[in-house]
Amino acid sequence: MGAKQFGARVSRLEDSALLTGGGRFVDDTKLPGMLHACFVRSPHAHARLRSIDASAARDLPGVHAVFTADDLPASVGGNRMPMLVPNPAIEASLTQHCLAREEVCYVGQTVAVIVADSRYIAEDAVALVDVDYDVLPMASNCRDAVKPDAARAHSALANNIASTFRMGYGDVDAAFASAAHVFKEDIWQHRGGGMAMETRAVIASLDPSTDLLTVWSATQTPHIGRRMLADLLDRSLESIRVIAPDVGGGFGPKAIFYAEEAVIPAVAMLLRRPIKWIEDRREHFLCATQERDQYWTVEIAVDGEGKIKGVRGKLLHDTGAFVPWGIIMPYIAAATMPGPYVIPAYGLDVTVALTNKVATTPVRGAGRPQAVFAMERLMDRVARELKLDPAEVRFRNFIQPEQMPYSVGLTFRDGKPLVYDSGDYPQAQAEALRMINYEGFAVRKAQARAQGRFLGVGIGNYVEGTGLGPYEGVTVRVLPSGKVAVATGATNQGQGTRTTLSQIVADNLGCRIEDIVMTVGDTAAIPQGVGAFASRQAVNAGSSALMAGGAVRVQIVKLAAHVLGVSEDEIEVEDSIAIARGGNRPSLTFRELARLSQGMPGFSFAPGQSPGLEHTAYFTPPQASYCSGTHVVETDVDPMTGAVKILNYIVAHDSGNIINPLIVDGQIQGGVAHGIGNALLEWMKYDENAQPLTTTFADYLIPMATDVPTCKIAHIESPSPLNPLGVKGAGEGGTIPAAAAIIAAIEDALSEFGVHFAETPLVPERIVGALRTAGAYEKLGGLR
Amino acid sequence: MKPAPFDYHAPQTLEEATALLATLENAKVLAGGQSLVPMMNFRYVIVDHLVDLAKVKSLAGISVADGRMRIGAMTRQREIEFSPEVARHCPLLLKAIKNVGHRQTRNRGTIGGSLAHADPAAEMPTVCAAHDAVIEITGHAGTRKVPFNEFGIGFMTTAVEPNEIVTAIELPLWPQGHGYGFQEFARRHGDFAVAGAAVLVDCDKGGIVRRASVTLCGVGNTPLRLPAAEAALTGQRLDDAAIGAAVNAVKSIEPTSDIHATPEYRSHLAQVLLARALRDAAGRCGKLD
Amino acid sequence: MAKHQVSLKVNGRSVEREVDSRLTLVDFLRGELELTGTHVGCEHGVCGACTVLIDGRTARSCLTFAIQVDASDITTVEGLASADGGLNTLQQAFQDNHGLQCGFCTPGMLMSLTELLKDNPDPSEEQVRDVLTGNLCRCTGYAGIVAAALDAARRMRTGA
Repeated sequence: MGAKQFGARVSRLEDSALLTGGGRFVDDTKLPGMLHACFVRSPHAHARLRSIDASAARDLPGVHAVFTADDLPASVGGNRMPMLVPNPAIEASLTQHCLAREEVCYVGQTVAVIVADSRYIAEDAVALVDVDYDVLPMASNCRDAVKPDAARAHSALANNIASTFRMGYGDVDAAFASAAHVFKEDIWQHRGGGMAMETRAVIASLDPSTDLLTVWSATQTPHIGRRMLADLLDRSLESIRVIAPDVGGGFGPKAIFYAEEAVIPAVAMLLRRPIKWIEDRREHFLCATQERDQYWTVEIAVDGEGKIKGVRGKLLHDTGAFVPWGIIMPYIAAATMPGPYVIPAYGLDVTVALTNKVATTPVRGAGRPQAVFAMERLMDRVARELKLDPAEVRFRNFIQPEQMPYSVGLTFRDGKPLVYDSGDYPQAQAEALRMINYEGFAVRKAQARAQGRFLGVGIGNYVEGTGLGPYEGVTVRVLPSGKVAVATGATNQGQGTRTTLSQIVADNLGCRIEDIVMTVGDTAAIPQGVGAFASRQAVNAGSSALMAGGAVRVQIVKLAAHVLGVSEDEIEVEDSIAIARGGNRPSLTFRELARLSQGMPGFSFAPGQSPGLEHTAYFTPPQASYCSGTHVVETDVDPMTGAVKILNYIVAHDSGNIINPLIVDGQIQGGVAHGIGNALLEWMKYDENAQPLTTTFADYLIPMATDVPTCKIAHIESPSPLNPLGVKGAGEGGTIPAAAAIIAAIEDALSEFGVHFAETPLVPERIVGALRTAGAYEKLGGLR
Repeated sequence: MKPAPFDYHAPQTLEEATALLATLENAKVLAGGQSLVPMMNFRYVIVDHLVDLAKVKSLAGISVADGRMRIGAMTRQREIEFSPEVARHCPLLLKAIKNVGHRQTRNRGTIGGSLAHADPAAEMPTVCAAHDAVIEITGHAGTRKVPFNEFGIGFMTTAVEPNEIVTAIELPLWPQGHGYGFQEFARRHGDFAVAGAAVLVDCDKGGIVRRASVTLCGVGNTPLRLPAAEAALTGQRLDDAAIGAAVNAVKSIEPTSDIHATPEYRSHLAQVLLARALRDAAGRCGKLD
Repeated sequence: MAKHQVSLKVNGRSVEREVDSRLTLVDFLRGELELTGTHVGCEHGVCGACTVLIDGRTARSCLTFAIQVDASDITTVEGLASADGGLNTLQQAFQDNHGLQCGFCTPGMLMSLTELLKDNPDPSEEQVRDVLTGNLCRCTGYAGIVAAALDAARRMRTGA
């Protein structure tokens, strides 16, 4: 069995259509008779909904209908949306109504929907809908929200605590009581978002002749969407088809199922017309889920050599007004904090607070960047206090490769004990340090300082659970044309799903990549599916592709051997042909084999043969597989303005075996860009009335081409023993330790002033403020 | 984010344009659209009529005569960026314009549009303030000229009446070889300036400052000339002491506060940027390109 | 609501339509002409996904009304293909250098770089990044796009 595609820098199959304007994003689909929708949204963060008068809106020429919650069937208008990830630790299992009933709890929450001939007219009509609100006190930030007399985010709840839980192991109190040194950090990590370039989008169309409801959605999880729609619309799964076509970036927020995804199909069914809703950017800023606020108060206990005795603390997590994805994110954060270090005792008390802001759900990194930031700030603190090199402190505490598989002592969000399957953390750090010439840095720093420049270096290490279950299936079927049809529940928002899975099928089946016709992200193509999040598709769908391709290859070998009259071990399968090794090398093409496999009417098959050349595999991982890596960053800080320039960005990355290095490097580089955004630029701001203040691309700053250097990447491959490919997920590793390394580098650049930073993003104004407080400008001889 | 409905007019001459503005209710002029159309798409601005000046060719062009550069209001920022006249006669404008948005917006954006929009951090109004520009404004009743220090009235408010059009900007030129400096701080390339400083100095052969123009942007509702800084420089050599004295004048300003910066940070930046702009100007003074 | 006749060229083809005053150019291209390669990302002129060429110069089609481009020559990503309908040099360089992931920002990137390489056949990396600040990408971290631009420039200069 050849493995010529696995590991190769195969050019992406997705590219030529996307490069020539031939992409098919949701908004590119036009259906006959299609109408356009626009939502009326709450302008208040918290209010009682008293009445809605849409009469003027309905009268506007071009408007077909206006719907409120009462106008929709009870299943979708009356009930709250199902909770996607329930957990007994959630005290307030709160999800939204699809259209608000009685109370609105964040700015932008859906109140009514208008359907018109065009989006232009629908927006005209929004202005004519008269909604009577009674503004209520709002829980505008999570710290105030957990105080005893806090304004309640939801009137019906007694308080704003969505959940409290503790994660830990070992005797933390004893560890701290006996430690030589204890250091404490207060860390604040602000809200930010995935902010894909394509906003959310939904088209729904009911075909009355087949009663099939087809929904196109810019979603990462079409199968989950279908299950939600079956509940909310009270329809069978079989009567619903959800298609995720080309999707312009996901990063997490598009994995959630949103109210609009249920309302638009409901309206399409009521009006019996196709309905299109394309979210605009302003709506996206208000309503697409975000990540963070988080406040960490953490302590580390170490001995005189800087070896960790224990870590403990508190995490306050702002979940926003609802918990659509449960408490996954704070849970992941709590479980990620120990990272690559041996920590004998650990305890984190987590409080999840409700506020009147849009919900927070996983965004690239899913809570892990926050945990890594907290842990790495503690490690740098130990280094500074004990006057040790930050790299050395880390080396002293690493889990060693011979300790794999390493049981951390916690339960991960996959429901399984947190056991690191493989990885070589010291090697990754050593390699990253070598690539940046860490040994020579002190000299570089001094030389730059002599010229009035401030250089710093920072390190960030992480361990990341990826490849989460429960499954992702692949069907491989050889068609009578000789082509190979592949279907999968995996989806694509830019990670090259089609290409990587084609490589695996081609290798394991023995066909040419160009013979593969693949369907991704379509519930009609494969019955069970989950979707893209948590860097899970390469592991799950990749392994299923290996299994299905291999199974069909076995069928081909059997059939070819039978037809050619040779033994099975004489058959080779390559380039879509089965060849017998001996004699004059008789062969059968896939086209011929496919036709033979269908049998002939009235004739019996050979013993053991079954119809068709087809197999569906659902790989189910036993647990998460753990990636790891080290980022080392060199920065140049201008103390006068607080401007930060990243001079050099090194990534040592271990995501196990690599299917396509081109794609993995792209994921790392893209992930680093998000990390730079988290570290320096991205901050969703709200005022004291929970009104969003950053609602345009001019206010919410995402990195530009001048903000993101090209990373130097070293690949370390510690194969995972947990799946047949030995792969791990590569989608988020670029983001996870970035803020930790960057903020550490900034602090290092300004080390002569003794300033300390423990927040993200770290913006220039805060750098200048800290320097001023530290008397830096007097030391520098004034402002220049 | 679709704009509210409006009627569109595309006059061919300035007379047609002003006649339209004299009669239409709730009308706005459309120049490059790079500032106006986003506001219309957000529906922060709702107009019944748009009067597009693109066809009024007489409103575009750059010419130099009698020690002044005249720039038609509809001159695209791109034309200014690549103009040999601007490079030769008004290097401060050339330096500033590279900070205005991005290539893609400078292709369409105009100088007149930027002035009429009057964003507090905008670079072109800052250059106009530095140069003591005179703004030509035309309405149905005729043309008037307004010195720039009377042009900017308040936050995004100018002396242009609803039925008038900015038609030209006249920049009195500084002598060949004058020193200039433009420094701004923005969070990313092409973003609005958080603060900025524009400096013009004319020095005699001995290096003594004969005349200085010092302007800050982003610290107030309009670009801010600093006569105290100018006085601290005039008659002095442009050395660290003089620069320090000029920068001191910034401390008496109370800058604005918004989601991008506090007054303290703006003041701090303004001092730093002014110092840097003055050093740039000192380095350029007396050098002919 | 006033309607107007527009008569223009799009990718070399003459087009005549009646449009509402407020119809933006991007909506005209996508809806009226069904050229869906140009994308809507923000509608406030920052992200650059809607970038097209108007008379050879890049512009935000979300900030331009269709009526404004009467008598103009518009080029969209669909107009970039080489003579045989395949990828042109710049597009091929994007494929070879992994310059795209989700593809949503890509048409805008291609238009901005098409203008850059026409004005400056030998740009530095800094000049490439400078121009690209007018186009936001959330997937690639820009490295592949910059590499593609420099690779395309080299190929076009050397005829390779």
